Amino acid sequence: MSRTSIIEVRGLCNRFGRNSVHEDLDLDLYRGEILGVVGGSGTGKSVLLRSIVGLNRPVAGEVRLFGQNLLALPAAERSRLEQRLGVLFQGGALFSSLTVRENVALPLIEHAGLSRRDAEELAEVKLALSGLAPHAGDLYPASLSGGMVKRVSLARALALDPDVVFLDEPTAGLDPIGAAAFDQLILTLRNALGLTVFMVTHDLDSLWTACDRIAVLSQKRVLVADEPAKVAQYDDPWIRDYFNGPRGRAAYQAVQES
Amino acid sequence: MVETNEPRVLQKSDGLVLTGAWTLAQHGVLKRLLAATPAPDADVSLEAITELDTAGATLLGNWLGVERLGELVQQQNLTPERRALLETLVKAMGRPQPEPPPEPGRITQMLEFLGRNTQSLGQKWWLQSGFIGLVLQATLGIMFRPARWRLTALVNQIHQTGFNAVPIVALLTFLVGAVVAFLGATVLSEFGAEIYTVNLVAYSFLREFGVLLTAILLAGRTASAFTAQIGSMKANEELDALRTLGLNPIELLVIPRVLALMLTLPLLTFVAIISGLTGGALVSLVSLGIPLDQYLGILADVELRHYLVGLAKAPMFAFVVATIGCLEGFKVSGSAESVGRHTTSSVVQSIFMVILLDALAAMFCMEMGW
Repeated sequence: MSRTSIIEVRGLCNRFGRNSVHEDLDLDLYRGEILGVVGGSGTGKSVLLRSIVGLNRPVAGEVRLFGQNLLALPAAERSRLEQRLGVLFQGGALFSSLTVRENVALPLIEHAGLSRRDAEELAEVKLALSGLAPHAGDLYPASLSGGMVKRVSLARALALDPDVVFLDEPTAGLDPIGAAAFDQLILTLRNALGLTVFMVTHDLDSLWTACDRIAVLSQKRVLVADEPAKVAQYDDPWIRDYFNGPRGRAAYQAVQES
Repeated sequence: MVETNEPRVLQKSDGLVLTGAWTLAQHGVLKRLLAATPAPDADVSLEAITELDTAGATLLGNWLGVERLGELVQQQNLTPERRALLETLVKAMGRPQPEPPPEPGRITQMLEFLGRNTQSLGQKWWLQSGFIGLVLQATLGIMFRPARWRLTALVNQIHQTGFNAVPIVALLTFLVGAVVAFLGATVLSEFGAEIYTVNLVAYSFLREFGVLLTAILLAGRTASAFTAQIGSMKANEELDALRTLGLNPIELLVIPRVLALMLTLPLLTFVAIISGLTGGALVSLVSLGIPLDQYLGILADVELRHYLVGLAKAPMFAFVVATIGCLEGFKVSGSAESVGRHTTSSVVQSIFMVILLDALAAMFCMEMGW
């Protein structure tokens, strides 16, 4: 894999009041990889994601997307850069007043200048790509199950064929079969569309099956970012507990057997 | 660069060759291009396409037909990524699409609309009566058990719905009192009966405006707040959580709100009447030259029953406004959007009901000679 870094986080500091979340945090995301971000509750995984996509202005440090600092760009260029990112929010964040199909078609109408009919047709294909049943397009988000919300949200994140997709706990709340299918879906889409994926997750199975690299957030910075097997060997009490606890071992064995 | 990126369909001796960027950015160009080129029977080469994304691949699939595209992908020498993309897409597009249901005729649609609305109106009344019954039943259930009275919640609600509403109620009725006095002065001066302006302000505020304006204000201010509070709890499954804990949401949430409003609306009505009369007094003094002691003298001659008629309506309005506000909150389903819709509905309904009841009460009192 050619290691072109498309996202560089340098010296990131985030504080909320007196509570410091990140101190001098560095992280790289390379083209075409799936990076899993793990860490205990409250270590600022979601805050890191929000800082990268520009929803959260850091106290210090810099985030460079495709070599540019999002927060320093004029609005029009920032919007153009943001169109190369897709985000799947933890709760889905689907627009509740629009149907599933309209949710996915919205960015296509607004940014790609497609007619409503073309956009909805393309949206239907994206929904199919995300593995949604054909009749789901007419439903409103309120009547979707948790797994469907994740899939629609993924379809919307993929609407503009972005270069980078950010997934915030994509498999949380899914049953193990649904979660495994979602992991496979992400792998398939990455291979087919050449995506780069930044995935915040707690799901050990996802980490072993889908991720090329794992970044561990701890002590307010990235403790280690490397291939899963190397990270699991890293000498740190939290990482040892995380990967060598009963769940961690079971997930690892499952991967070895398959 | 621009020229090579322009998507093209080239006619070669052994079939068609596609070149350029088949991407979302070129969607319009591609669409026109493909509309002008009939889907060919001859060989189509995909190998020279420089860029391809899902949008371009979808257009390809629509143009060539999904099966044909699948065959072409198998036959041609494509990079693994592109092959994966096209195969994934062919698989996704190959599913049968559901047939859209037939569009009903215009008369059928009108009848359906009429039927739906009639049914939902009937259902609304049915629900409202049922809910009032539930509230009364729960109230009776705890009436003689002071241990289950929720005094803290009640006082909190009185603070929010009553005390916090005093400034807006006082200001608004003061202004309306002044306006009524101006109107009276203008119309009555033609008959040389300016002095009756005082009676006009007094009668209108004691009997109608005091309670009506307050009730309408509270319908906007409080019914909406009740709906939003209870509705967001419903959307967040908090009401279900209460039920599974063996608690009755009506007893916990509705009764304190209904009682609080029934206590505060009469008090606010009193505030409204006083400040309306003050507004009238100011205008009478400034523009009609009626001194304050004369104004108060005329007021003292107005019978007490007018005040009582006005005040008696207050708890009734309060009950209606509070139950509509709470019930709409319970009707919320699922999303945040539903909270908004029901909040609007609760304000419209409660204002409508207050005015309707006031009109009925006015007719009733007139017939009774009160």
